[in-house]
Amino acid sequence: MRGPSAALLVVLSLSVVLLPLPGRPPAAAQQPRQVNLYNGRHYDTDEAIYREFTRRTGVRVNLVQGDADQLIERIRAEGANSPADVLVTVDAGRLYRAQQLGLCQRVDSPVLNSRIPAHLRDPQGYWFGFTKRFRVLAYSRARVSRAALSTYEDLASPRWRGKVLVRSSSHVYNQSLVGALLAWHGEAFVARWARGVVANFARPPQGGDLDQLRGIAAGEGDVALVNHYYYLRLLNSPSPADRSVAQQVGLFFPNQGVEDRGVHVNLSGACVVSTSRNREAAVAFLEFLSSDFAQEVFAKGNFEFPAVRGVTNPMAAVAPANLKEDTLNAATYAANGAKALQIMVASGWR
Amino acid sequence: MAGALSLPVLVVAASLLLPVEPTWGGFLQVVLPRYVRNTVWLLVGVGVGTLVVGVGTAWLVSAYQFPGRRICEAALLLPLAVPAYLLAYTYADLLQYAGPVQSALRAWWGWQRGYFFPEIRSLGGAVFVLTFVLYPYVYLLSRAAFLEQSSTVWEVSRTLGHGPWSTFLRVALPVARPGIVAGLSLAGMEVLADFGTVKYFELDTFATGIYLVWFSFGSPVGAAKLAAWLMGFVLAVVALERLSRGRRRYHRPPGPQRTTRPPRLGGTRAAAAAAACLAPPLLGFGVPGAYLAWMAWVAGDPLWGSPFLRLAGNTFALASAAAGAAVVVSAVVAYGLRLRPTPVMRFAARVVSLGYAVPGVVVAVGVLVPFGWLDNFVDGLFRRWWGISTGLVLTGTVFALVYAYLVRFLAAALSAIEAGLSRIGPTLEGAARTLGHGPTSVLLRVHAPLMRGSVFTAALLVFADALKELPATLVLRPFNFDTLAVRVYQLASDERLAQASTAGLCIVAVGLLPVLLLDRAVHRSRLEDAGTGWGRPSVARPIDRTVKLRLA
Repeated sequence: MRGPSAALLVVLSLSVVLLPLPGRPPAAAQQPRQVNLYNGRHYDTDEAIYREFTRRTGVRVNLVQGDADQLIERIRAEGANSPADVLVTVDAGRLYRAQQLGLCQRVDSPVLNSRIPAHLRDPQGYWFGFTKRFRVLAYSRARVSRAALSTYEDLASPRWRGKVLVRSSSHVYNQSLVGALLAWHGEAFVARWARGVVANFARPPQGGDLDQLRGIAAGEGDVALVNHYYYLRLLNSPSPADRSVAQQVGLFFPNQGVEDRGVHVNLSGACVVSTSRNREAAVAFLEFLSSDFAQEVFAKGNFEFPAVRGVTNPMAAVAPANLKEDTLNAATYAANGAKALQIMVASGWR
Repeated sequence: MAGALSLPVLVVAASLLLPVEPTWGGFLQVVLPRYVRNTVWLLVGVGVGTLVVGVGTAWLVSAYQFPGRRICEAALLLPLAVPAYLLAYTYADLLQYAGPVQSALRAWWGWQRGYFFPEIRSLGGAVFVLTFVLYPYVYLLSRAAFLEQSSTVWEVSRTLGHGPWSTFLRVALPVARPGIVAGLSLAGMEVLADFGTVKYFELDTFATGIYLVWFSFGSPVGAAKLAAWLMGFVLAVVALERLSRGRRRYHRPPGPQRTTRPPRLGGTRAAAAAAACLAPPLLGFGVPGAYLAWMAWVAGDPLWGSPFLRLAGNTFALASAAAGAAVVVSAVVAYGLRLRPTPVMRFAARVVSLGYAVPGVVVAVGVLVPFGWLDNFVDGLFRRWWGISTGLVLTGTVFALVYAYLVRFLAAALSAIEAGLSRIGPTLEGAARTLGHGPTSVLLRVHAPLMRGSVFTAALLVFADALKELPATLVLRPFNFDTLAVRVYQLASDERLAQASTAGLCIVAVGLLPVLLLDRAVHRSRLEDAGTGWGRPSVARPIDRTVKLRLA
């Protein structure tokens, strides 16, 4: 058996050597000028941010893009030697989970603390949100009068029987929203609410947020829960079919009443990995994400709202002028995510 | 060798020894029955579907002549080039309420909401999609089995008064059983490992349960436990099949076989046969391919251009490395099994094959955990003794990725190579050994040339599989290293299906290459039939050395 094993080793090592090896950045000691991203965001437009960061600082940005949950598992398995410096996600839930697993380290940056509003970052500085993503109501312009829309809570009211479109409860956007409801109203209320919403489903949950918008345009349902930028993407799409969907759909920011708490805000954010060997570069990168440059790219590229106040946002007009945002800390609703999922599943929200 | 490759599987199995965490334990008891029910129905549905489609078409092209048969032979393999998740994306998009088909029907007939239309995101939809993407496994292996049978046997059956149906059911089918079962078990394991399709269709199966427990409840141990149960189930089914086969053995008769020309079909029968053979590739390849092409044309990937060359290059290099490594490893394992068929070796070979039924992500973590541990262990040693840090040597490299592909896809290569090896008589080997050659030399100088065909088939199967692989690639790949499948994921996960179609189409295009080669290999082996007898991906077992054909 020695012979074949040796042959195997030769072939294996050959095939590995022959492959292009952009792979592993060498250890930090020899080359400090780089920052390694485990990235759960997949927007081509973000490339501009990485390029600009490298141009300004000389620090190279290395990327592995993937599912944030799986990247978290990879960091755990790699242990103390993990090459990851920064973990980027598209929701607070995963950042919270990474923090709970001890994968994030505290960052006390005056820049971040002053630029990022308090409710969009972890109270102890373990992670920071860089864009705002509103979970809003979309409705059929033809079949629903704007005046009939009010709050998330109202989605459980019998008037929407057979009219509500929403994606599966397994998605973290829904878990975060219901996590926030849990924080405001408690378990008993949310369980009742979830049952009411399930009774109002126009169809069993399926597809992504875009599918809910298309469902409204096709007449499958009348109101949907979606993240705001999907609507803006359709509105600005090169495809006439997409734009026609957007024209039949309206966007409504709920819970704007005088006494009310405001629209639910999720975030896309990042943390410095606890075993990072390029901590300085990693913190600099996070600070750069809060710069006007990066914030504008986020807003233009994917129609997210900048986390930093005062940054130009071409899409601001889609929201009401004095938009009221729920300032419940992201860490709070993220912590409620698992409980929220259990309640939703128990109520038949698949 | 087999031991090293079963490591991830064993890591997963070892989780059974760990205690259950209460957070998800109770929850799972509520939903698990549904997951199991869905998985079983999915298995049964796809099993019956691939059996009917795969064996039926294989029989038509093997036993009859009709116009267009040669085209059918090749076309039937085409869905091998299409990843199941792509088929799911396109059919869901086409057939959902807001999709083009239903919209057109509504516009045409003036239908209002509430009419009946089968829901594509359902158990039935998943059975449909998986059947038409997986039947080529059954087709490929049962066709090889039919080709291997001497058509004279069928003729004997006909002269003894059996009609065509009876000949098929009572002679051809029972003799082809090992091949059919091998194809079915590959398809079945793919069903168990599938996550992309069922997730997209919101169907709760064992695989989605593993994801749920792992990522929503944050319990990798719980996920590994579920995966271990899944593997146990596969082992049990394989054992059952072996048991029911009993002492029957399946070998081709010795010596050259004279193959007579198969009967020619005419008129409506020929047309029906051609239609029956063209419908599956149309559904599994033609329709989704055309829809992808249309989407790519209308609103394709904005990155289209030179970045795609790099993606395609990476994909191709990875898949080739995996195919090469799989061939070498299966040759070593199969040969070891032949030289020393001890129970330990045999068990190891079965365990290695189990990777085929395990969802890619589970394999990925099964690879990550021991590699990460080993890397950090070595790093610790180096630090203590020499004060230098080696960092991670294996984790996050292409090596880890190729290793994962091996774990995941070895079963496909192993079954082809074992079959090829089993057809080489032990006398040949004895002669070479007497002439003073060692086992390695015999393997390289006697067996390798004789098994060229099987080796080729093994390599192509793994190549086609690795090309489409997504979940393990996503978790294990190095920095700045993307493949076509990763590109599809990046866009599709962001609900940009139209843009993802470009990369999807590229996967299909690259995947056509091995599929067409595969077709040529099988075709050539048919032409050379009755000669040396090599070159067929049949799956007879090398257990019994007595050469005897016994009809069931």
